[in-house]
Amino acid sequence: MAETPILEVEDLARYFDVSRPWLQRVLAGEGKRTLRAVDGISFAIPRGTTLSLVGESGCGKSTVARLVVGLYPPSKGRVVFEGMDLERARAIAEQRRRMQMIFQDPYASLNPRWRVKDIVAEPIRAFGMTPGAAAQQAKVAELLTQVGLSPLDGEKFPHEFSGGQRQRISIARALSSNPDFLVCDEPTSALDVSVQAQILNLMKDLQARLGLTYLFISHNLAVVRQVSDRIGVMYLGRLVELAPAETLFTTPRHPYTRALMEAIPDLEMTGRQRIPVGGEVPSPISPPSGCPFHPRCPLVNDRCKAERPALIPARAMKQGLTACHAVEEGRDGGVPAAQRIGTTATAL
Amino acid sequence: MAPLLEVRDLRVEFPTRRGVLTALDGVSFSIAPGEVLGVVGESGAGKSMTGAAIIGLLEPPGRIAGGQILLNGKRIDNLRYEQMRRIRGREIGAIFQDPLTTLNPLYTVGEQLVETIQTHLGLDGAEARKRAIGWLEMVGIPAAAQRVDSYPHEFSGGMRQRVVIALALCAEPKLIVADEPTTALDVSIQAQVIALLKGLARDKGTSMMLVTHDMGVIAETADRVAVMYAGRIAETGPVREVVKHPKHPYSAGLMASIPPLDRKVEHLAQIDGAMPRLSAIPRGCAFNPRCPEVFARCLVERPVLLATGATEAACWLYDAASEKHAPEAMPHG
Repeated sequence: MAETPILEVEDLARYFDVSRPWLQRVLAGEGKRTLRAVDGISFAIPRGTTLSLVGESGCGKSTVARLVVGLYPPSKGRVVFEGMDLERARAIAEQRRRMQMIFQDPYASLNPRWRVKDIVAEPIRAFGMTPGAAAQQAKVAELLTQVGLSPLDGEKFPHEFSGGQRQRISIARALSSNPDFLVCDEPTSALDVSVQAQILNLMKDLQARLGLTYLFISHNLAVVRQVSDRIGVMYLGRLVELAPAETLFTTPRHPYTRALMEAIPDLEMTGRQRIPVGGEVPSPISPPSGCPFHPRCPLVNDRCKAERPALIPARAMKQGLTACHAVEEGRDGGVPAAQRIGTTATAL
Repeated sequence: MAPLLEVRDLRVEFPTRRGVLTALDGVSFSIAPGEVLGVVGESGAGKSMTGAAIIGLLEPPGRIAGGQILLNGKRIDNLRYEQMRRIRGREIGAIFQDPLTTLNPLYTVGEQLVETIQTHLGLDGAEARKRAIGWLEMVGIPAAAQRVDSYPHEFSGGMRQRVVIALALCAEPKLIVADEPTTALDVSIQAQVIALLKGLARDKGTSMMLVTHDMGVIAETADRVAVMYAGRIAETGPVREVVKHPKHPYSAGLMASIPPLDRKVEHLAQIDGAMPRLSAIPRGCAFNPRCPEVFARCLVERPVLLATGATEAACWLYDAASEKHAPEAMPHG
């Protein structure tokens, strides 16, 4: 795609000061402590596509979502929306209207005292988009229909809806300002699996119909595979792998990506003994030196402990970026030939 | 082999100001010695409620309003609190979702293990402590001899869940009720904990009732599975059959709606609508408003579990007396 990406992120970082109060710190003789939630990541999202960020809790994926919509100012680096620095774009209502966010918890993200029609109409009012009560009402009815609810549902309150229906209301609200870009932070994690399928299908339909661009945050690799064009795998505030979705699933390169895929329980029931990745995610307050994954990595050597790997094109691959010395040096056994992923469910 | 646990026609009710809600309705199943039974369903299906009823920890005003629960052939659903307390821990161990609320933050993990071991096995302090360290080693806590004197907050989430598993197993119960034991954990830690639970259950011959909404966990761990919907069992059978060839339209829909990891599908199968609230469970089959196969009988008559080859499904499609006959197999995947 030749046109400029809708969103570009360059060397983005966000640090949080988690020091104890000054007096306690002085008495204990300890310094300031910084949590590096996001530590220098770069990516771009072409128009009309979906980029997903996956990772385990504490990897910084939700912080990226918040940085991208401007809920946090970055500590370092920048976010460029439509070729304009985010801070400048956020100051212009017309630009602000074009990005919206869908949150994880549909029970916490809707005001319980407002009727659904008022919740959905708020962005329309705030941006002064549709003057006149009748036109506004018609727009709300259209939005509710678009997400699979009835226009009559506008009179109800959020508590009258199930989790999946509430998430539909959240989507209707996000769509009401005619955005181009939606940041979806774990939009289906609080939902049951049959309802999750409804919401994922709805989001895909809307993308196809309205040409939306998504930044999709999730911890669920199977969900991510269904919705993404490209996927970034995060670990301790950094991107360890960034590749087109199919490439990532057929030929995962980074040892962490491979370990994650290995760990997911599936329905294949091969009786195969899993080799779970040992250890746990280290604290982002004192991340390991060099590559953050090195204490758990089977391919670790001295260079990994000392030098932070850069996100570079993966060896022997047409597409995809990997931040791994072992991949760069060819110590990872090359491109995995036959991945377990790719077997079909019917092989019984 | 005689079952270790037998649940017969269990009914749990919640009296409320607006009337009595039936949370569990006619739930029957059994668990053989050494068997792992997976109980799956979506939120509100009653799977955790079933576990709570078995260990005698239903939250008031919930109460067992009918049916029986038998452990080793003896009824345990009508015991007094004190009698049940002796069974809990000794005969039935429990593992809950959130390890932080299961452990007492004011005692070291060693003290909690020793207390449990002494209460149930009557060992002296030194011997109990030795056992406690042994259990911590068994669940894979590094440097167990030192860590035994740590407090729960000094452990990470995955390690804490290992402590909870040690606590559930240390009195050597015959049955473990594990309610979403890996849901609060990250996927790489989840795999470690599942492998641990599975290994221990096998080595000790412990039976397990594994309650979870994650079909992947069930497929990897359970021998048999019961699919619950709106407080009833929709289908039960060997795990392979239920996952690969589900017969009940609800289990078929549930399996099909799980996003596959091994391929991208353009459109995920979905079950429209949502599970009914307890106050508005439809007449006849509780699944009838969402069922693609619904016919007249489903609207009026509640289905019972019917044999459908390898599994049993509570669905009128499989009753020869129904007007409409069952298709060869439910499409899925």
